[in-house]
Amino acid sequence: MPNTHTGLESPKGVWWKPAHPAEKVWVTIAFVWCMVLFAMMPLWHFKGGQNPSGIRRKVEPTAFFRRTQEFIAQYQIGEDQGIPIVAPPPGSDVYLTAMSFQWTPILQLEEGAEYTLHLSSLDVNHGFNLNPLNVNFQVVPGYDYGLKVQPTAAGDFRILCNEFCGIGHHTMVGRLIVVGGNSAANAGGSR
Amino acid sequence: MTDSNFRTCGSTGLKVHGPAELLIKANAVVSVVALLIGAIGAVLLVLTRWQAVHLLSAPWYYRILGVHGMSMLIFFIIFFEMAVLYFASTVVINARQVMPKLGWASFGLMVVGAVMVEVMMWTGKADVLFTSYVPLRADPLFYLGVILFAVGALIVTSMFFANLVVAKREKRYEGSVPLVTFGAVAAAIIAIITLLHGAAIYIPTFLWSLGLMEVDAQIYRLIWWGLGHSSQQINVAAMVAIWYMLGALTVGAVVINEKISRLAFVLYILFISMASAHHLLVDPGMGPTWKIVNTSYFMYMAVLASMIHGFTVPAGMELGQRLRGFTSGLFEWLRKAPWSDPGFSSLVFSVVVFGFVGGITGVTIGTEQINIIVHNTLRVPGHFHATVVSGTAMAFMGATYYLIPLIFRKRVAFWGLAKIQPYLFALGMLIFTMSMTFAGSFGVPRRHWDITFSQAPFGIEFSPAVDLLLGIVALGGLMAATGAFIFVAIAVKSVFFGEPLGEITRGTAMVGVPAGLTHPPVHSSNVDELNAELHQPGRSWRLGPAPGTVVLVGVFLLAFVVYFFVNWKVLSFVWKIG
Repeated sequence: MPNTHTGLESPKGVWWKPAHPAEKVWVTIAFVWCMVLFAMMPLWHFKGGQNPSGIRRKVEPTAFFRRTQEFIAQYQIGEDQGIPIVAPPPGSDVYLTAMSFQWTPILQLEEGAEYTLHLSSLDVNHGFNLNPLNVNFQVVPGYDYGLKVQPTAAGDFRILCNEFCGIGHHTMVGRLIVVGGNSAANAGGSR
Repeated sequence: MTDSNFRTCGSTGLKVHGPAELLIKANAVVSVVALLIGAIGAVLLVLTRWQAVHLLSAPWYYRILGVHGMSMLIFFIIFFEMAVLYFASTVVINARQVMPKLGWASFGLMVVGAVMVEVMMWTGKADVLFTSYVPLRADPLFYLGVILFAVGALIVTSMFFANLVVAKREKRYEGSVPLVTFGAVAAAIIAIITLLHGAAIYIPTFLWSLGLMEVDAQIYRLIWWGLGHSSQQINVAAMVAIWYMLGALTVGAVVINEKISRLAFVLYILFISMASAHHLLVDPGMGPTWKIVNTSYFMYMAVLASMIHGFTVPAGMELGQRLRGFTSGLFEWLRKAPWSDPGFSSLVFSVVVFGFVGGITGVTIGTEQINIIVHNTLRVPGHFHATVVSGTAMAFMGATYYLIPLIFRKRVAFWGLAKIQPYLFALGMLIFTMSMTFAGSFGVPRRHWDITFSQAPFGIEFSPAVDLLLGIVALGGLMAATGAFIFVAIAVKSVFFGEPLGEITRGTAMVGVPAGLTHPPVHSSNVDELNAELHQPGRSWRLGPAPGTVVLVGVFLLAFVVYFFVNWKVLSFVWKIG
């Protein structure tokens, strides 16, 4: 019998043998790389600007929706396609409810200001995608996801739903407006 | 113990137990039927997402998307894995099948469950897609179908362990089980963990669909992914086992070091089940510590395992070829490999696309913060088609080219097509997955019928590059689907109408018989001497017995590092979020 065997043959005798140096070196390099992969995540929490931590708590879907409606009543400045446009002051808590198949309200934020954006759903799972920035979060009914956001550039953004929420899923598009730091003018209608 | 039900395989000398053989055949055949349904779905889907064609209506797009997911990821893959479990616990170790009747009962359960699920989906009573996230609601029979299927699979997995125990007691093999069977053991243990998660989520969801209890949407996502992602890890372990098997059959690949390869399988068992967390990185239910610990599969120990196999599999192939005399330079072993053997080409493409595309993208997009620019975009299906289709399905196809002559004892039909099938399928999938990944980096959503948003209150215009990329996605998808149809045609023709194999004449090429069987990859007669010489320290620029592989994994690592850090850079450009 030769000293070598394939993966289809039973190894004879004791197979717990030392590995060849080349193999040991590869395993070591791979291990070190895995540690780098691991270290990047906690490191980014301290040094990076984008983390999905947020303030997380359970909430009744209807209670969250009521809170959103109060928020709308407080800061509404207009309307587009029947959806209220809301301009909350910098630093405030901002509420966005997802429901099949609509995002409500339309938010108008200021460039460079920080807000706590609360996301939740009235019915099923939805997906928050800020277009064209490509920022994504899962919106789960019964959970309030409060994320600190700081818009870095003015623009007329879209929020599209990227979690399947029913047959009308592809019609679910909302709007988010960011106005320049000191010229907080109403961005008005779109399209 | 009676051995009357055994036949001895003419090509490998292995003893094949009749009842086991029948179970392998039945499961493999149903698997191919599921593949056919899934592949037809794939064609309809890519022709819908290619906006210029936009074939299906919205309800049918979402319905077929669900059918495609269930047929491919669950029915095709798991029926084939059942065949692999039967094969690895009987044929590979010359053992018998215990309780064949129970095997048939579980097979019946699985088929009934699968048919129930398919009927519910096709009739529009389960428009909840593959993931069926609560509180989207399907007909209770849909959930019941999944439960029956899972129970059947759980019984087969238990029978796999029973086979091993009986084989050991009856001394069917000497020493330890072969590495291929060891890999199947890892797959089976992960399968048990996976199927228990399946029970833990689908039984409550079934009761919920009957109005008997409540299910929390976030808890559903957590436990469902214990099934959804872990089932992909069964695939990984089964696929790696098949890599070792195809390497042995096609080029006489040797096991470089049993200890290292087996430890890597153990790492899979210990850590890979934490992967369900990858789907919850931007979910509101869990905090950063939970996310970091789990997404990293606890410090990336399962990634380490894959990187180990990514070295030992090609290194074993290289050493096997060198022991056959292909020793010159870095890559003679690769140049002189049997590229027209579909078992070999499938193996190589499976390893390369799984590693370079599936592996690198998977680890990167499964990083807590990077997931912010990835979640639910086309980058996600771009990644998992590279792992489960280009990796697992391709490996299973390669294995089938050997199972047809070895188990079904038929010649492989349409032999000319069989030789090019892996090239067509792998190239199609490579184009498909890479263009999908690029389209996803523009934020194009997955599972979406209309990205022109023609019926939405506000318009969105993606970069013009996206139109082009989705056209390329369709092109790659159609190529790969053609490859899948060719595979199905080959499998069906060979199994049901194929020419019986008869005796294999060694040294003469035969139509419909892979080179690994007509020209078995025998090592040189002075194999030990050659092996010792190849292991000499200081040889091949001190790169060890497989220097070509060292160069290849170096290229891999470089690609990995670059891709990983480019993604962090891209992330740093978006708004401050926390």
